[in-house]
Amino acid sequence: MLRDSDRIFTNLYGFEDVGLEGARARGDWDDTRALIAKGRDWIIDEVKNSGLRGRGGAGFGTGMKWSFMPKVSDGRPHYLVINADEGEPGTCKDREILRHEPHKLLEGALLAAVAMGASVSYIYIRGEFHRETEALRRAIGEAYEAGLIGKNACGSDWDFDIHLHVGAGAYICGEETALLESLEGRKGMPRLKPPFPANTGLYGCPTTVNNVESIAVAPAILRRGADWFAALGRPNNTGTKLFCISGHVNHPCTVEDEMSVPLRELIEKHAGGVRGGWDNLLAVIPGGSSVPLIPKSVCGTVLMDFDSLREVHSGLGTGAVIVMDKSTDIVRAIARLSRFYMDESCGQCTPCREGTGWLWRMMERLVTGNIAVEEIDLLDEVSRQIEGHTICAHGDAAAWPVQGLIRHFRPELERRAAAFQARQADQAA
Amino acid sequence: MPTLTIDGREVEVEPGLTVLQACEQAGIEIPRFCYHERLSIAGNCRMCLVEMERAPKPVASCAMPVADGMVIHTNTPGVQKARRGVMEFLLINHPLDCPICDQGGECDLQDQAMAYGFDRSRYRESKRAVEDKDLGPLIKTFMTRCIHCTRCIRFATEIAGVPELGATGRGEDMEVGTYVEKALTSELSGNMIDLCPVGALTSAPYAFAARSWELTKIESVDVMDAVGSNIRVDSRGAEVMRVLPRLNEDVNEEWISDKTRFACDGLKRQRLDRPYVRRDGRLEAATWAEAFSAIGQHLKGVRGKRIAAIAGDLADCESMMALKDLMAKLRSPNTDCRQDGAKLDGACRAGYLFNTTIAGIEQADACLLVGTDVRREASIINARLRKRHLAGGYPVGVVGPQVDLTYDYQHLGDGPEALEQIAAGEHAFAKVLGRAERPMLIVGMGALARADGAQVLATARTIAEDCGMVQDTGGWNGFNVLHTAAARVGGLDLGFLPGDGGLDTGAILDAASAGAVEVVYLLGADEIDMDSLGKAFVIYQGHHGDAGAERADVILPGAAYTEKNATYVNTEGRVQQGRRAVYPPGEAREDWTIIRALSEVLGRKLPVDTRDDVRARMAEVNPNFAAGPDTVETAPWGAFGTDGPMDPAPFRTPVANFYMTDPISRASVTMAACADALAGAQGERTGTDG
Amino acid sequence: MSAPNDASAQPRTFAFTPENAKKAEAAVAAYPKGRQASAVLALLDLAQRQNGGWLPRAAMDAVAGILDMPPMRVYEVATFYNMYNLKPVGRHHIQVCTNVSCWLRGSDDVLAACRNALGIDLGETSADGGFTLSETECLGACVNAPVMMIGGDYYEDLDVGTATAILAELKKGGTPRPGPQSDRRACEPAGGLTTLTGWSDGRGDKPGAS
Repeated sequence: MLRDSDRIFTNLYGFEDVGLEGARARGDWDDTRALIAKGRDWIIDEVKNSGLRGRGGAGFGTGMKWSFMPKVSDGRPHYLVINADEGEPGTCKDREILRHEPHKLLEGALLAAVAMGASVSYIYIRGEFHRETEALRRAIGEAYEAGLIGKNACGSDWDFDIHLHVGAGAYICGEETALLESLEGRKGMPRLKPPFPANTGLYGCPTTVNNVESIAVAPAILRRGADWFAALGRPNNTGTKLFCISGHVNHPCTVEDEMSVPLRELIEKHAGGVRGGWDNLLAVIPGGSSVPLIPKSVCGTVLMDFDSLREVHSGLGTGAVIVMDKSTDIVRAIARLSRFYMDESCGQCTPCREGTGWLWRMMERLVTGNIAVEEIDLLDEVSRQIEGHTICAHGDAAAWPVQGLIRHFRPELERRAAAFQARQADQAA
Repeated sequence: MPTLTIDGREVEVEPGLTVLQACEQAGIEIPRFCYHERLSIAGNCRMCLVEMERAPKPVASCAMPVADGMVIHTNTPGVQKARRGVMEFLLINHPLDCPICDQGGECDLQDQAMAYGFDRSRYRESKRAVEDKDLGPLIKTFMTRCIHCTRCIRFATEIAGVPELGATGRGEDMEVGTYVEKALTSELSGNMIDLCPVGALTSAPYAFAARSWELTKIESVDVMDAVGSNIRVDSRGAEVMRVLPRLNEDVNEEWISDKTRFACDGLKRQRLDRPYVRRDGRLEAATWAEAFSAIGQHLKGVRGKRIAAIAGDLADCESMMALKDLMAKLRSPNTDCRQDGAKLDGACRAGYLFNTTIAGIEQADACLLVGTDVRREASIINARLRKRHLAGGYPVGVVGPQVDLTYDYQHLGDGPEALEQIAAGEHAFAKVLGRAERPMLIVGMGALARADGAQVLATARTIAEDCGMVQDTGGWNGFNVLHTAAARVGGLDLGFLPGDGGLDTGAILDAASAGAVEVVYLLGADEIDMDSLGKAFVIYQGHHGDAGAERADVILPGAAYTEKNATYVNTEGRVQQGRRAVYPPGEAREDWTIIRALSEVLGRKLPVDTRDDVRARMAEVNPNFAAGPDTVETAPWGAFGTDGPMDPAPFRTPVANFYMTDPISRASVTMAACADALAGAQGERTGTDG
Repeated sequence: MSAPNDASAQPRTFAFTPENAKKAEAAVAAYPKGRQASAVLALLDLAQRQNGGWLPRAAMDAVAGILDMPPMRVYEVATFYNMYNLKPVGRHHIQVCTNVSCWLRGSDDVLAACRNALGIDLGETSADGGFTLSETECLGACVNAPVMMIGGDYYEDLDVGTATAILAELKKGGTPRPGPQSDRRACEPAGGLTTLTGWSDGRGDKPGAS
């Protein structure tokens, strides 16, 4: 298990002073200037070598992403946009950084901005996070006052401004190009790619969008070295990770642990185990609502990382573990997610706009069993007609939970259909 | 040039194209709904998905730029599955009301469902119903049919420049509309009906009137303004059912104005379908022979100088040619085609043409508008100006009425004073024009149809010359006159103007008033002050019972533009042919034949027996008519206008009410409804309304 | 229908108070020149707060005017984002999360408790205009489920008893304590810390460790 000294978010629970003084005591803003002085190439190389993969769900190499930014400005400003639009069901890790470790985020923002030649950063924070916004605003004020950001940030000669942009309730704005649209004052409708943000992003300028956690771990990586981070976890799945364990566990919690920690260990060590014991486990959604569920049979051995979860047809996503015990109406749980994806579809692409509603309506019938057995195949097929056919990954995210359900619980679905028909027959008789 | 492989074939295409366009060039059809080559790319319908090697999932070909070495597959099972899926999704919430849908038979959704869809529905849930929207008198909505392609929104925002349409809500609750119920304030709104790939937006006046396959389709040109928009006239029996745009990149691209499209119901009302002769102060139905004989009697012994003819704004070239020749035989020099009194003469053709050409606007890099509200006078040209504006680097200055043109401009002044300053090089905008490589100006009838019009014209010429708008090298000519009358350039080209010692429109009216002119022949002229005709014997030849017919002593029923094969010359000098879609009503006849018949009765027979004879005569008068149809001859620069002081009074647009500018649109119930709906938004109504 | 639910309550005009006008100006200043449309979310939020928690059309038009946006583009934004209420809401807007993590831990019961306590159903406003009850999608506090949002505050680790008590307190005009309604301070495991219990590198115990 990860040693406390290897943890990055040492005030994850906000037990200590969240202000600048407390943050400094925890090592934040410690000679940031020296890190900046090592230059943008060094920063990017360190982050690349650390193996850090984006913590927002897609898991793209963070250092690689930064390196896509033009090395020399063509006159257009560069932007760093931080995605604090946390809203993937099951996920509540960035919230803790925003309210308890805001200075890690701000320092990371400065270092990332230097690495990509950005002088302005927008933090897009979801509108419902009122208190988190306040906390972050306070921290930004402190950082400005202390000269850590603003003109000549940390005495580095780099000018760097951070602005907060508060969202207004739309899950889709967590998609990076939808976020940029929203930031520009429009509906959060994902953009066509190409062009990619690194070339044509915010206001048509080179832009990188990073998740809060990805940015907030950067100072620790740069201070302690890429090797330290890379030594944690497994190759291609390095570092520490914030995990949120919710649902049917004895002690739901958010916790920082090593990447590739076994799922069972995560649940049992930190979350007090499955309610009613491990044998009472039905299934787990291991990476936020978008990833397919995995049945108990898999949960005992799978590791919490990108590769291990992909092998079992699921994904690490945001690292949000939703645990469901045997009392769970698994069909209803997935139906609820189908409703979520319908509610949150931006409506732009035909397959997602029309298909998510169709999926949900079939899922609702499936909850009661009011569905022909052949329609289970139709449900699967409709999900595959959505998957991969839309501008952004929302369509995929709507499809996968349904596919996961069918993959692992088909007998249960058929049982419901049969039971319903039997009931109908009884009533008719 | 990038080379890509499409379905196993190597294709070399222009850089900057999309995969969809490359496929088209390779002769491979890619189905689409949201994509439209004149609108921004939305990429949302997902119908055009193709497979691209090394891409993790199918790509929207409409939005994917071509790159060298790309390998594209358009006919794999994966692509077919994707298309079938999109079709199915589009149809699950689309009503099955094709039999009662006006789009039926010309519906993209219907066609593509046949080509790419499933043969049955697998959707068992309830279908969505969406409340219809009130977009005004022109567009009928059936929003349940909407497939959210956003073409209409993009058209309103990008082409029309009235960002009044949008998609509110989100997901499956997303609705296209105006949010606040209001009529669209665009003169181009009808084009959304054409753009709508389904039956969500249909023509309100044409609702449930006909099925597309019942219609006879004739290609023609429009006369509601001087643009000469290319149109298709769809008719059934004797009735024009609708007017649609016809593609002409050089003129109207694929748009037409709402007046061009919707005024056609005016062709059915207030028609002159038989000759009339005034007896004892009342117009009475008569035979052609009686009408001609009445004219003959009144002309007997009248000297040519006491006879006059005025050609109206819808007159075709053939009839003007015939009338001009008849007047010559009657020894009358009093002919004029400028019923608004515009101070243009036929001496220098470049002095009365839109020399830049409409398509040429896109090459210009600065523009001065003088006394013109282009949006209402020539909506299609305004759309081209807006297109140029959107491309950037196109400063526009306006001298004249400060109206919403749908693009930004600098208002330089209301009238001649500002113009004078620019001509003198004292105005900052003169430098803007001077710095431009291809500057242009447009002078409208609001500046020319006034007493000092010739002086305004001369000042405009000075600006054009001094600011480098007329260039020898490269042939750029940035001097443009924007006409409002379809007949005007043709009339000027044919010299339908006062001859030696002849009177112009104003003088004819004065002379008639004073009794010095005894007989006035109005060839569809309705926009003059009829009271000024005094006691003159008035012959009105035309198709509508408008102002001229009301004043007439003899009415000769002519043909409207949809009822004759006739030549028109647009504001660019483009010679175009209108074609007969239906026959004129009752005893009405094609106009030049009326004049030819009358000439015989008068004993002054014109030597033309066929339309080709008339056209040969036109070509004799002006070789521009000899060139084939749809051609624009470059006009050489020369002297025009008259130097002298200008009246400081501000310029006023001649089009106070876009929807009612001529006998046809004034007879149109649809245009009246538009005028009512948009009263306030469109300004005051003119005295001739209703 | 009670007055607060009546969309015909649309005011004819809207203008920011001088104080809010200043805030609006500050919001616009966060974006580059010519990019003032970026502030549309902030200004609509400001307008909604000024207008008692809902956004009338006049306010959208006013925001469009300030930001030089076509009103239609503002309507699109206002109808796209969930947090704009396009019709009047009660003084307290109770938004109960029913997404999976909350549902697994009893959001159905919490919602039922709210219905009982307020005597209204989802989407309704109480007759006195005091409460509006809504369902909301994931609020991003899943390890503290079930959660509801009232005003700017999250109430976490709810059950029937605590949810009922919170509403009772609000009815009395009181201010219930936001955050976890359990013994927890934040998102730490209830059974005692499993991490950050002390520094293994000899820097001593961490405060707050159990």
